[in-house]
Amino acid sequence: MATYILKRFLQLIPVFLGATLLVYFLVFSLPGDPIVALFGDKPVNEAVAARLREQYHLDQPFWIQYLLYLKGIFTFDLGQDFSGRPIAAVLGEVFPVTARLAVMALIFEAVFGIIFGLIAGLRKGKFFDGTVLVASLIVIGIPIFVLGFLLQFTIGVQLGWAKPTVSSAATVQDLILPAIVLGLGSFAYVLRLTRTSVIENMNADYVRTATAKGLSRFRVVRVHILRNSLIPVITFLGADLGALMGGAIVTEGIFNVPGVGNRLYRAVTQGEGPTVVSIVTVLVLIYVVSNLLVDLLYAWLDPRIRYDA
Amino acid sequence: MNASVEIHEAGASAERPLLEIKDLAISFTTSNGEVNAVRNAHLTVMPGETVAIVGESGSGKSTTALAAIGLLPGNGRVAAGQVLFDGEDIAHASEKRMIELRGNSIGMVPQDPMSNLNPVWKIGYQVRETLKANGLPSGPDDVAKVLSEAGLPDASRRANQYPHEFSGGMRQRALIAIGLSCQPRLLIADEPTSALDVTVQRQILDHLDKMTTELGTAVLLITHDLGLAAERADKVVVMYRGQVVESGPSLELLRNPQHPYTQRLVASAPSLASRRIQAAKELGVESGDLLAPAEDVAVETSMPEEVLQIENLTKVFKLRSGFGRSTDFTAVDNVSFSVKRGTTTAIVGESGSGKSTVAQMVLNLLQPTSGKIVFDGVDTSTLNNKEIFAFRRRVQPIFQDPYGSLDPMYSIFRTIEEPLRTHKIGDKASREKKVRELLDQVALPQSTMQRYPNELSGGQRQRVAIARALALDPEVIICDEAVSALDVLVQAQVLNLLADLQSRLGLTYLFITHDLAVVRQIADHVCVMEKGKLVETGSTDEVFDSPRQDYTKALLNAIPGAHLMLPPEAATA
Repeated sequence: MATYILKRFLQLIPVFLGATLLVYFLVFSLPGDPIVALFGDKPVNEAVAARLREQYHLDQPFWIQYLLYLKGIFTFDLGQDFSGRPIAAVLGEVFPVTARLAVMALIFEAVFGIIFGLIAGLRKGKFFDGTVLVASLIVIGIPIFVLGFLLQFTIGVQLGWAKPTVSSAATVQDLILPAIVLGLGSFAYVLRLTRTSVIENMNADYVRTATAKGLSRFRVVRVHILRNSLIPVITFLGADLGALMGGAIVTEGIFNVPGVGNRLYRAVTQGEGPTVVSIVTVLVLIYVVSNLLVDLLYAWLDPRIRYDA
Repeated sequence: MNASVEIHEAGASAERPLLEIKDLAISFTTSNGEVNAVRNAHLTVMPGETVAIVGESGSGKSTTALAAIGLLPGNGRVAAGQVLFDGEDIAHASEKRMIELRGNSIGMVPQDPMSNLNPVWKIGYQVRETLKANGLPSGPDDVAKVLSEAGLPDASRRANQYPHEFSGGMRQRALIAIGLSCQPRLLIADEPTSALDVTVQRQILDHLDKMTTELGTAVLLITHDLGLAAERADKVVVMYRGQVVESGPSLELLRNPQHPYTQRLVASAPSLASRRIQAAKELGVESGDLLAPAEDVAVETSMPEEVLQIENLTKVFKLRSGFGRSTDFTAVDNVSFSVKRGTTTAIVGESGSGKSTVAQMVLNLLQPTSGKIVFDGVDTSTLNNKEIFAFRRRVQPIFQDPYGSLDPMYSIFRTIEEPLRTHKIGDKASREKKVRELLDQVALPQSTMQRYPNELSGGQRQRVAIARALALDPEVIICDEAVSALDVLVQAQVLNLLADLQSRLGLTYLFITHDLAVVRQIADHVCVMEKGKLVETGSTDEVFDSPRQDYTKALLNAIPGAHLMLPPEAATA
């Protein structure tokens, strides 16, 4: 097991190098001169532009720029963004906000998805099951920005149950509505996955045997149906954490959340190579590590799975 | 406490049945409306008595038993009749009452040990929750005691293992431990050993007998095996298409079956009394006698008598044991035998004996580690790709699972035609004619062509598999457990068909099976394998009448019903 974990961590190295190289190259290939764009409508001061190009190594060829960036990382200096702030500080500011948002969305989709999915599965074909299935289909079908604006307007503005936008502190309370919007799509998937899995397990022989042992219905459901049904669900949730962090761009835009998505969007439009690469690389690392955690969780949930080197 | 209750019950109601099923009807709601699975079923189990329900799959035997413990599937319901447990009608009892009864009054040992233990919980946990739910002490020692009573060695350590770390036999012991852990008065045993090897089956049934006798537990045994039922039960109830067609004391019923279905069941019970299927033998000997002298001189060189020679065949698998190391596992160890043209050779052994590995190597699906397979005078390992293609045309397999070995997306026509197309034989019209002929040969209506595997029964599917194997007019057919998944009556039909085809087409069979009773019906020669080694070979009569090896004797002894004396007319009918 220890060898397995070590191996997986060693895999992070090529993933890290590959991701940074690819993203750096993509930003490098963006059309237009980011420095010129910085001047906006004003006439370009060539001396200032040249100094800026030098400061951000934009006058260097691609490989040099990339290697300088890598060197920066290993000396714990990620460089500065175009407003002159250290990128490390920017990351430290935006990631906690988005992490909070993503974790809240994950908790929302896990708790409600599993509960609703379990009840729907146990009552397969009944009224509750049908209603929930149709509702989840609608949620999956409607794009997130439509849902987001809809909920922002009804719940946030008209009913006033939650704040329609997020303050710069982005407190847990601020983030409730955005988290629900962010988690809605996955909530529907979790629900359907749980439901299918429960239905499959309900008919398993060991569930019948458990009932024949004289166990109460509650215990049969909790110990023998739910536990076994959660295995695929947990796998999905783990992989979804990474997707939620990266996929928060739209939601953050709607609710004006000062998180990764907003900052990344700005960096992309301004062609801030190092900022984009830094944010994306952290996202990739989070994704890979959360996948590793899922695999370990999977082995813990299902003792038949053993990872031998 | 339990004991005193039992004594009291036994004294007070010596004549009162423990379980009495009266006029029971069970129906299932399906998309096609109500289907009656069981009609007018009636049976009685006295305290301490063992009663067996016998019937083929779909006869309603399991459904009847499940009704007695209130475990009908969701779409099933008791439509009429009573299930009296100790005088109380539990056919429509509340779920609460059933939970009270399950475990400590009515226990169950289910059919398939592979699927009936929850894979994510330790064995000990699954025993403990049973004890706990029924209000019995459930400490680690109690759990270990329950498991060791069911014959599980080293129980306290084993209790900490997961089901996948157990063999099939050990899992079944664990399930028996669970079923009997609360000392129920009635135990429902639904095909408790049909998934196990024959020697393990015997040990487990012996142990179950011993335990239920000690505890005074009544047993309702569900089985498709008449021999097993007669050997283990005091009374036998025969079910056919949802109805009880006959019931009575075991031996009496077996010796003197009244209902036509029971008579057929007794006749085709693959017990030892039945000899090799007669039609085949007579025809085979006849045609052999007529043809042999004429062809002898002309074809002697091109057609050696021994079509298949296996010489010192060995297969070693490398098992990974973590971190680059590997251990060798010898699946087949220095096996030699030969198969004569037009005869049937059976390879017998338990699971893990290497018999299927031999079959795969003969089919050239697996490379031997060492040794030779000589087919018609040519070492098969020297064949190039083109020659292997030609070889496949002459050697065809029939596999065990007719559900798994037919492509569900292919029509029956396409399945049977595929080998012809692959080998570019004939044009479209002649191929269709051939498929029609093949369906005739395996006694399937030609209309079967347009159907799909899921529309056919297990026996029909196996006929399709046989037709597919025959499409290329092969010389040798390798049957890997070809009839093991079938009910006895269907099994007998398929074996008859195979014997008939052999005599007409001069086929050679290599028959891989764990079922000695089947061997006796079909084989001329027997090879007994144990742990990769060939331990005994000889003609079927030799091996069965005077087995030399202890292992062969143990296998023969373990056949259910081996010691029952049947009337001769029933055995050969």
